[in-house]
Amino acid sequence: MKAGRRDKAVSRLVQVGFLVGLLALWYLATTRWGVSRILLPNPVVVYHQFIDILSTGEFWPDLRVTLTELAVAFAISSTSGIALGYLISRSQYLIRVFEPLMAGIYSVPIILFLPLYVLFFGLGPASKIALGTTISFFPIVLSTIAGFGYVDRMYVVAARSMGASNFQLFRHVLLPAAMPVILTGLRMGFTVALLSILGSETIASLAGLGHKIVHLAEAMEMARMFAYIVFAVAIAATLNTLVSTLEARGRRS
Amino acid sequence: MTQAHPVATSKAPALPAPPLGRRLKRTMLRHPGIARLGVVAALFVLWEIAARYWVDPMFISPPSRVIGSLDAVFNTRGVPAALQITFWELAVAFAMSVAIGLVVGLAVGLSRFSNRTFMPIILLLYGTPQVTILPIFILYFGIGPASKIAFGVSHGIFPIIVTIVAGVQNIKPILMVSARSMGASRWQIFRWVIFPHMIPSFFAGMRLGMTGVLLGVLLAELYVSIAGIGYFTTLFTQNFDPTRLLGLISILAAMAIVLNEIVRRAEVYYGRWQHE
Repeated sequence: MKAGRRDKAVSRLVQVGFLVGLLALWYLATTRWGVSRILLPNPVVVYHQFIDILSTGEFWPDLRVTLTELAVAFAISSTSGIALGYLISRSQYLIRVFEPLMAGIYSVPIILFLPLYVLFFGLGPASKIALGTTISFFPIVLSTIAGFGYVDRMYVVAARSMGASNFQLFRHVLLPAAMPVILTGLRMGFTVALLSILGSETIASLAGLGHKIVHLAEAMEMARMFAYIVFAVAIAATLNTLVSTLEARGRRS
Repeated sequence: MTQAHPVATSKAPALPAPPLGRRLKRTMLRHPGIARLGVVAALFVLWEIAARYWVDPMFISPPSRVIGSLDAVFNTRGVPAALQITFWELAVAFAMSVAIGLVVGLAVGLSRFSNRTFMPIILLLYGTPQVTILPIFILYFGIGPASKIAFGVSHGIFPIIVTIVAGVQNIKPILMVSARSMGASRWQIFRWVIFPHMIPSFFAGMRLGMTGVLLGVLLAELYVSIAGIGYFTTLFTQNFDPTRLLGLISILAAMAIVLNEIVRRAEVYYGRWQHE
């Protein structure tokens, strides 16, 4: 027991040492070894820029655009994915027709549709919402089919024989059985929606966090760009942690 | 379609054949694959009708015209070279991801200390949206193929590491212990216990890695490109040429499907010994 605790402490120490070493290397590279400021800004300057972004609240408009796109895309894909997945899962026949089809489309890199969506919907938020919806739709619909479609027949038959109505069957048998799988699908859908929205903002857009980063890169404001990258990564990490927590909580109840 | 279904004839040989509609329905019910083809065909027909009669031809092009234009896409000056470049980027990025991922995965997975220490760092990096640092990749590696390869590797490497570590960790301790108690050397344990158990997870990692590499390379291509396919998607989009844009996208999608299918088949093939 004691040895285990010491091992854990050593691991933590190495982890912290690794991160501190990385930061020290970064600092030394910019101050001592003359790495160009355009390639690698000084970490202290990046830190000040980061504080500046937070204190001036300059990030709000871009963050709002990104989050709105994410919310709309996820709302569309989760409602349509769950509804369609439920309808398909009602019949083994429909599952066998549609599941391989969806899985097949899911394996194509959907990011390829981005130029098409830009052509249809323009550079504004609509093309990002369309891409985020398309990408997150498939994990959600597939997991909904898997969740509702493969509930143990015994439970269904037992509930029926005890006289459960359609709604009771759905509420007390199907939904609890399918919930964990659907929650996983929703989390995966959320993660890929966030990724694809940031990605499409990076590639072609007028506003949003991804756009801001590219804009600063083109203006050669490297320190501020690094600060925005830290900000975007922190936002993504927060959102993903939040969703994972919600998933874990939903599983337990 | 006029041929009677075998089941229909064997059950009721004396009765006249049921009408075509019912026979069709029965065939569909028995073979979901045929119904699936029907769904796909219906989608194409819908697309064709929509593109011909409802939507502005500036934005969408019917599938018949897209298929007819595949030839023209190939003959567009620079497109064959661009496809070649993109394919090459994918191949190099994938090979590098597999090689580095394998070495790092083994190094992290085979020692309990390094697993506990470095795995959280790897998972942390895996979880960050790498697309936010795409401009940095362009800055460091230029706008040529190098940045696409590097970005592809950054997407492909983490799923490979994580699956290989999981594969090495999942070996039953009893196998290791019994091999050691029978006097196997470190190398022998690796060759005869770890290696065969790693193969399925190695190929599973390759499949996930391929998905990542495709995403990374295509993202970087679409972001900025001077000679790859990203240049042409931008060109066709800006010229409002949906026919050739859809043609190029179909070719790329076909390429992605083939690559995915190759690694998926390999995964099934090399993973089968465990299920016997």
